[in-house]
Amino acid sequence: MTKQTSQNITSACETCPVHNAANLLKLGVDMEDWDFVVALAGNPNTGKSTVFNALTGLRQHTGNWPGKTVTRAEGGFEYGGQRYKLVDLPGTYSLLATSLDEEVARDFILFGQPDVTLVVVDATRLERNLNLVLQVLEITERAVVCLNLMDEALRHKIQIDHRRLARDLGVPVVPTAARQHEGLDELLQVVSEVATGQTYCKPHRIQNEPTELKLAISQLVTQIESLYPNLPNARWVALRLLDDDKNIIEAVRKGELGELSQAAPEDAGHDLDLKLETA
Amino acid sequence: MSVGDHTTPEDLLANAKSLRWQLGGDFNEKLMEAIYADAANIAERSVTRPGEKPRFDLDRTIDRVVTSRLWGFPLMILLFALVFWITIVGANIPSAWLSNILIGTIYPWLNEMAFAIGLPWWLSGILIDGMYLATAWVLSVMLPPMAIFFPLFTLLEDFGYLPRVAFNLDNIFRKTGAHGKQSLSMMMGFGCNAAGMISTRIIDSPRERLIAMITNNFALCNGRWPTQILIATIFIGALFPAYIAGFVSALAVVGIAVLGVLFTFLISWGLSRSVLKGEVSTFSLELPPYRPPRILQTIYTSVIDRTLFVLWRAVVFALPAGAVIWLIANVQIAGTSIAEYMINFLNPLGVLIGLNGVILVAYIVAIPANEIVMPTVLMLTVLVTGIGGVGEGAGVMFELDSASDTLAVFSAGGWTLLTAVNLMLFSLVHNPCSTTIYTIWKETRSARWTAVSALLPVGMGLALCFVVAQVWRIFAAAP
Repeated sequence: MTKQTSQNITSACETCPVHNAANLLKLGVDMEDWDFVVALAGNPNTGKSTVFNALTGLRQHTGNWPGKTVTRAEGGFEYGGQRYKLVDLPGTYSLLATSLDEEVARDFILFGQPDVTLVVVDATRLERNLNLVLQVLEITERAVVCLNLMDEALRHKIQIDHRRLARDLGVPVVPTAARQHEGLDELLQVVSEVATGQTYCKPHRIQNEPTELKLAISQLVTQIESLYPNLPNARWVALRLLDDDKNIIEAVRKGELGELSQAAPEDAGHDLDLKLETA
Repeated sequence: MSVGDHTTPEDLLANAKSLRWQLGGDFNEKLMEAIYADAANIAERSVTRPGEKPRFDLDRTIDRVVTSRLWGFPLMILLFALVFWITIVGANIPSAWLSNILIGTIYPWLNEMAFAIGLPWWLSGILIDGMYLATAWVLSVMLPPMAIFFPLFTLLEDFGYLPRVAFNLDNIFRKTGAHGKQSLSMMMGFGCNAAGMISTRIIDSPRERLIAMITNNFALCNGRWPTQILIATIFIGALFPAYIAGFVSALAVVGIAVLGVLFTFLISWGLSRSVLKGEVSTFSLELPPYRPPRILQTIYTSVIDRTLFVLWRAVVFALPAGAVIWLIANVQIAGTSIAEYMINFLNPLGVLIGLNGVILVAYIVAIPANEIVMPTVLMLTVLVTGIGGVGEGAGVMFELDSASDTLAVFSAGGWTLLTAVNLMLFSLVHNPCSTTIYTIWKETRSARWTAVSALLPVGMGLALCFVVAQVWRIFAAAP
């Protein structure tokens, strides 16, 4: 602390998280020159779009039925002097199966290389929602879990020890009730901490993997890494190859896998849009 | 299968195909099963449904007790009292043992050696009576309590209790207008205020950081614990029957520490409502899981990192201080030593505030390190009272095998219970040591705030002792 800053005590608020939260700027679709990209993932009908709208000020149509968001929606917000692009992905139960919406979500998390993946989960159906969380944690390091619908959980008298959950998952967990705008300040703070690298995540990895699978994956990972040194997650590609994923096999054959991994986030986005249209 | 530098995409696909055949078609299901099992497991650990008893979680159960509104504070005080009690009771025997060797055996031997090789009296005086004795005293009095206290404290830290203490205090700190993280820097201050100053870096807002720095001095540091423990044992424990004396002494020390925490709150509150006004920042304090302390490792690291570190510092400061003490006690101007001039000059002020000139001189000599306050006080007391049998001459520190010998010296110096109580208070509330002051300056680069941090506590300490002395005397005079 220098003499100069000690005289600026009146402006100490600027370093205060509360001050920042009050200064959330909802940028809507104005998304020039963002500093960070945040992907919004989650099971269908967990309030993902409510969170999206609350943060961006957009009025993306929300509805209480699953599968309402089939394509990506994008919006922006500014928090703590940094600009964020928020990408709302289609709600999915898993990233392994091969339906179109799951593919969009998973490809963006993988190849869009978001700075943070925010997974919205339904607090009243935690176990089912965690399947997706664990799969997300398999393919990305930097994630935040938004434990949404806490108001409903409370009404059903379900208690969730979110600290324990965060410890088990190895990523921050923030309880929210997005419809009541509760917990969003904390959520923003935590997302910004993960984006800027202040919080370091150590995600849970699947425990009971069969041994022969582990060996097969490690063999393929070695090959993939020597072929595409910049690929963000060789492990996941290995899994897809083992699973006979035709798209990935095609991408390897045509040499597109390497290009995909080097593409800037927005380019990857265009690719995905094209895929969506042609599919 | 070639896994090497010349892998082609076709190799990769071929390899994937053959592995796929080896694994069989159900590996994906197995993977899903593993994911589902993990998800179920994790969900079960954190979710409690209505009508279900919460899953027993040892951490949560302990947290509920140690951070409860009702039990949090009493438990905290009891736990710390226990730590001090073990320290006080356990330190007596090794203290006497060390003092026997260092002062009873080695000291006369050194004197004989000096005589045999014909050292001039002033040189052997500075070296043996000054420097050696000061160091020996610091070793025999400070090493045993530190070697017991630090490992115990580190065990509590290792177990994960200290963050819970911070959690308990956080709310009060916020009410005083300070940052909740100040409870953490205060905890550091209980070890060393200079370290506490550095640890205030965790507080972002300059306003709250300054409050944390100015008040850190009210956390009793390593150098002051031994003073508190010694005086509490001699004067306060002695008022009670032997079987509870140790416990009462421990409670007295805890009382002083708690008083320090109260002063921290009070001054934080005052500052945040006057010169350092502003908003309170929020933060989230993560309570780490409890871990069974690794006992041997803890003892090893706390002995190496803390005990030896503090001891080394004490010895480094005790060596020159011993020489200075011997010199001011032996260099005479017009038949009176410098020390006596200083003591006589400060004595009226000292007596007025329930201390005496000796103690004030000792606090001036001991600005570099609180650790040598007690050795200096003892030596100077012997000098001015001139009691025979203990000291061997001016500026010679002496052998005090037992607490009762020390008490005899203090009684001869005109000490009362008031002197003892005020010394404990002054030890808590006075200027930080020079290392800490230097650290404050390095961290703030502000002469103004450094001066405030250094002078505010001295002023408070003098005022506090004055008030206590006046009230005490009124009650003592009353029939």
